[in-house]
Amino acid sequence: MINKKVKNVQEALQGVQSNMTLMLGGFGLCGIPENAIAELVKLEVRAVTCISNNAGIDDFGLGRLLQKKQIKKMISSYVGENDEFERQMLSGELEVELTPQGTLAEKCRAAQAGFPAFYTSAGYGTEVAEGKETREFDGKMYVLEPAFKADFAFVKAWKGDAAGNLVFKGTSRNFNPNMCGAATITVAEVEELVPVGTIDPDHVHIPGIFVQRIFQGKNYEKRIEQRTVRKKQ
Amino acid sequence: MALDKNGIAQRIAQEVQDGFYVNLGIGIPTLVANYVRTDIEVEFQSENGVLGMGPFPFEGEEDADIINAGKQTITTLPGASFFDSSLSFAMIRGKHVDLTILGAMEVAENGDIANWKIPGKMVKGMGGAMDLVASAENIIVAMMHTNKRGESKLLKQCSLPLTGVGCVTKVVTSLAVLEVKNNQFHLLERAPGVSVEEIQKGTAGTLIVNGEIPEMILS
Repeated sequence: MINKKVKNVQEALQGVQSNMTLMLGGFGLCGIPENAIAELVKLEVRAVTCISNNAGIDDFGLGRLLQKKQIKKMISSYVGENDEFERQMLSGELEVELTPQGTLAEKCRAAQAGFPAFYTSAGYGTEVAEGKETREFDGKMYVLEPAFKADFAFVKAWKGDAAGNLVFKGTSRNFNPNMCGAATITVAEVEELVPVGTIDPDHVHIPGIFVQRIFQGKNYEKRIEQRTVRKKQ
Repeated sequence: MALDKNGIAQRIAQEVQDGFYVNLGIGIPTLVANYVRTDIEVEFQSENGVLGMGPFPFEGEEDADIINAGKQTITTLPGASFFDSSLSFAMIRGKHVDLTILGAMEVAENGDIANWKIPGKMVKGMGGAMDLVASAENIIVAMMHTNKRGESKLLKQCSLPLTGVGCVTKVVTSLAVLEVKNNQFHLLERAPGVSVEEIQKGTAGTLIVNGEIPEMILS
């Protein structure tokens, strides 16, 4: 077993510097690497480029980095829940590259899988395709999208072991598996670090080969953005 | 009388057929699930990574790890599955999802749709909408017929940045059901009590009215 375990978030984020490109898993606030984000705030790294589907809310998730103006550029698909984000974007302080959600996921997966680029129909004929190579296949038009290149990927899983194997829960899976191995260094934080051998190999969602560092996360808030419920009859 | 959001959802629910996998967008489309016939089998896909989405959880049973693409807490039904974002869009891009229902700010008579950006004012992003409209063959737009200023949302040409080109096949609005083909809106049904003239007045794009136009039947 190749040991990927590091003792805490500080050790896990060693080498993170200003101006780097970072991938962060999560959809809204669901499945975000809360510990890594908190540490990025503490480290006061500046001018980072963040690849993440959303930008958190004003006071949580990547919103915390935005508040401190640590982000130079965001690459996301939807940023509607964050007023500070919208303000920084419309004022030009923050560079934003809006990318269709499926394309965003596939640009991660392509990096993970060693594809330099791929064709997708998403965004053809829109401003997303401006300046990009297009090509026809079987009578339909496609846009060439390059794989992402990133220095660190921060992902959050439900369970993991020292070998780096990961298991996700519910829809907190989202972009996390696609980002594993898509950056130079993948850092996984888990709610529960279990002894090696306790995860059935058949139940591993992401094999440890895609993960360089893993640590037991702490104090998860797991905030809910839209609490929708129904009454019991 | 013009339909409200629930009325639009109720009419669109009639388009959902037995055995369909359906992706519902945020807003009016989400309401469609409430009106689908209970005697047919349908699975709802949410692009954040769930197939077999159920109703909202009971109070106290909500789980932060189980949400839909609108970030609302949900439940799953027997037979449901979770998956990553890449696989989710493989379902969409690969045309495994049968029907896509989404909202729009504007639809043009050639099937173009705009729903993600108002330059200089509102930029929320396209989310999964560009992937959905570029791939799906069966796309229904759910929207009010006119905007808050009373201006038509069914246009000759979209004025806002596009989400997709020539992709919308059907539009269900507060006033009508329209088919989009041959660069025209074809009026299929009127909302209860709404006249063809009212629909004509609210439609800036080319509207084709062929013969007697029936009223929608909403149970």
